[in-house]
Amino acid sequence: MSAQKPFIDIRHAKKSFGTLEVLKDINLQVNRGQIVAIIGPSGSGKSTLLRAINDLDPLTGGEIWLEDKQINMDLPHRQYERHINEVRQEIGMVFQHFNLFPHLKVRENVTLAPKMLKGLSDAEANALAEEQLTKVGMIERIDYYPSQLSGGQKQRVAIARALAMKPKVMLFDEATSALDPELVEEVNLVMKQLAEEHMTMIIVTHEMGFAESVCDRVLFMDQGVVVEEGPPEVIFRNPKSERTQNFLRKHLAGQKA
Amino acid sequence: MGLDFSVIPKYLDIVLLGALWTIGITVGAALVSFFGGILLAVIALYAPAIVRWPFRIFSFLFLGTPLLLQLFLIYFGLVQIGIDVPAFVAGVIGLGLHFAVYNSELFQTSILAVDKGQIEAARTLGMSRMQALRKVVVPQAVRDVIPPIGNNMIALLKDSALVSVIGVSELTLSAQRAIGSTYRPFEFYVLVAAIYYIINLGMEAVLRRVERRIQASK
Amino acid sequence: MDYALMQRVFPFFLEAAWITILLSVLTAILGLICAMLGTAARLSRFRVLRFLGAAYVSVFRGTPALIQLFILYFGGPQIGIQLDAFEAGVIGLGVNVGAYMTETMRGAIISVDKGQGEAARTLGMSNWQAMRNVILPQAMRLMIRPLGVNLNTLIKSTALVAAISVVELTYTAQRYIGSTYKPFEMFLIAGLLYMIIIYVVGLAVTWADRKARLN
Repeated sequence: MSAQKPFIDIRHAKKSFGTLEVLKDINLQVNRGQIVAIIGPSGSGKSTLLRAINDLDPLTGGEIWLEDKQINMDLPHRQYERHINEVRQEIGMVFQHFNLFPHLKVRENVTLAPKMLKGLSDAEANALAEEQLTKVGMIERIDYYPSQLSGGQKQRVAIARALAMKPKVMLFDEATSALDPELVEEVNLVMKQLAEEHMTMIIVTHEMGFAESVCDRVLFMDQGVVVEEGPPEVIFRNPKSERTQNFLRKHLAGQKA
Repeated sequence: MGLDFSVIPKYLDIVLLGALWTIGITVGAALVSFFGGILLAVIALYAPAIVRWPFRIFSFLFLGTPLLLQLFLIYFGLVQIGIDVPAFVAGVIGLGLHFAVYNSELFQTSILAVDKGQIEAARTLGMSRMQALRKVVVPQAVRDVIPPIGNNMIALLKDSALVSVIGVSELTLSAQRAIGSTYRPFEFYVLVAAIYYIINLGMEAVLRRVERRIQASK
Repeated sequence: MDYALMQRVFPFFLEAAWITILLSVLTAILGLICAMLGTAARLSRFRVLRFLGAAYVSVFRGTPALIQLFILYFGGPQIGIQLDAFEAGVIGLGVNVGAYMTETMRGAIISVDKGQGEAARTLGMSNWQAMRNVILPQAMRLMIRPLGVNLNTLIKSTALVAAISVVELTYTAQRYIGSTYKPFEMFLIAGLLYMIIIYVVGLAVTWADRKARLN
């Protein structure tokens, strides 16, 4: 594999809330098409790191680069707004609590942003929505309201909504943590499918089994630092650091293999 | 005609005296509205039907009509019945009654929201219904509803300006007296607005402290 | 209870009721406009606007509406503002109720789930696009009932203009109490008319609320 320029480049990322240091000098490079999992206990900073990538929770120090563009640039307000809104169109995000727009039908949830930001016509946007919703298996409910869907269905619609913007990378912030166990699998299947299509993905998750089966790389974070990283076979089966071992032991104790 | 705030100092003592009266009327009416509210709430919830209904109608009338109209009713109504009271008594009664009705709505909700287990515990100890109410339910209900009641008190302060219309000598009327001599309404009404604002801030500070005390005791 | 008298004076009260209704409508419209401006100011990213918005709410909620009316009507000429009593009533009450409505609107907007705004921004929408397409539509739904409460209070507060001699319901009641010495009867007529107005408005608010929820 030739030395590629990193697709996502996180350099010396730092984040503090007042005196509390949540991220302490994180460095991470993700290549195009890589699937990266970030695991760790709550409070480790993994969600904060993910949310810094599209500047939802801006860093207090360090830089984040997407290809050759710096995401967290220090610009005057109006220019910053224009810059970040453009950049965010290339980064898709899926939230733990879905955040579907309750006042819009499924169809409109998916077509809203493409129509408004990319100038798609009604016909084009509808075709796009149908394509994405078919992909996640939700085409039957295209004219339903979010309130009429189950958790797993809502999350799949949320994924379709993000995909409709044709992002270059997808961020998943504990996408299945708020779902009843029976509903987790349908979302995992969609994510697996995306992985097979070589979408660049960064996944914050508690699902060790899923992470192992889908990801190329796993990062274990604890207290604001990356403690260990490597391929899933190493991290999950043969972790080098004791902290990683402790975490996995505690975490896998209650889970099926 | 322009503005000239230098007329104020000469009449400051009249205005401040009016402010004292406003505070007095507010406190008096607040007490009436507080205890009256509890009484009305208990009647509305627990009195026999023949007593309840007239009170319900009366509450309905007082909730749905303007305070100023009610003040006219009480002031002129009392005179008609032959009870000749000074204007400020009519003012305190009118203000107090008006807010007693609003408070009673709050108290009713709060009393009903007190956990059923409380009454059960009190009754199993042998207390009568009235005793359980008085000693166990009402105290808790009152404590729970202090913030909105406090807000009603602050509204009462502002509405107290209306009693000037029936001739009560308080802050607003004192301004009108000064204006009668100086013909400078803007200056004096702004002064009076500022005084109301300051009293308002004071009441809000007191309310916040009371709320904090209650939170601490929970 | 002097029913004959009540029948005789009723037409005058009915006429006055129309003035009360007109006052309420105009004041409500002005109040909503002030509230939209006030809310925009309070949620603005400019500190000066936020301060002005907060000051507006604090001053107009913290002082008696009657005094605000007097400043405008009696004191206005001193600063070049000459209004007749009706105009002063609408403007004074409108700006006053706008302060209360500002807090109602602002409360509804901030109670919309934070995640909604985040999801919208993540898709690339600007702050304003997120507001207009995602947050405000949801806030509208939450606003209607509490604005209805504001409206209720507003209708009753139109009585204040009686103090500057606008011939509406309360002024008419006072006038006839003065000439007939029958406060109970006059109170009943005026009171009933107020309650009818409030009831009808209440129906409209409930209808609007239900319609908003069905969407």
